[in-house]
Amino acid sequence: MDTKDKIKEILNKNDVCLFMKGTPDSPQCGFSMAVSNILKHLNITFEGINILEDQSLREEIKNYSDWPTIPQLYIKGEFVGGCDIVKEMFESQELKKLFEAKGIV
Amino acid sequence: MALSAAEIKKLIVDSIPDATIEIKDLMGDSNHYSAKISSKVFIGLSKIEQHKLVYKSLKGKMGNELHALSITTEGK
Repeated sequence: MDTKDKIKEILNKNDVCLFMKGTPDSPQCGFSMAVSNILKHLNITFEGINILEDQSLREEIKNYSDWPTIPQLYIKGEFVGGCDIVKEMFESQELKKLFEAKGIV
Repeated sequence: MALSAAEIKKLIVDSIPDATIEIKDLMGDSNHYSAKISSKVFIGLSKIEQHKLVYKSLKGKMGNELHALSITTEGK
């Protein structure tokens, strides 16, 4: 399976995916930690994918979304944004509404 | 190699000429910045599209020479 298929499989299997540096319990970067904490705060069950453990995944996820940075949040396979956008959406309640609209909470 | 705030500003203005840009060096280390950018080109675009325009203006430096740039965009 190539890396792109692997990404698709991860996204298919999990409603909420966070591609991040480190894990939700042990984030290795402040931006990944911020997004992970927002999801925890909203009581969202999510799959944290540690891209530091897989160099090919780390490169390919950036091509997949055409987005140069990590973390990257996906809801039902759709790219939602990185740390700045997720934070903004959290503060404006938009993120909570998006989870509700997608039937996640 | 780190990028200076002036270099970041120049790169953004080169591809978004009407941009008003406010850059802060968050830790004084020329490596962690925040940028507040407003431009007419953002009007009608999603946040993802707006940020992608900014990333594109940085010509692949984001995530490489430039470790951390927190972006806020708005239409003007």
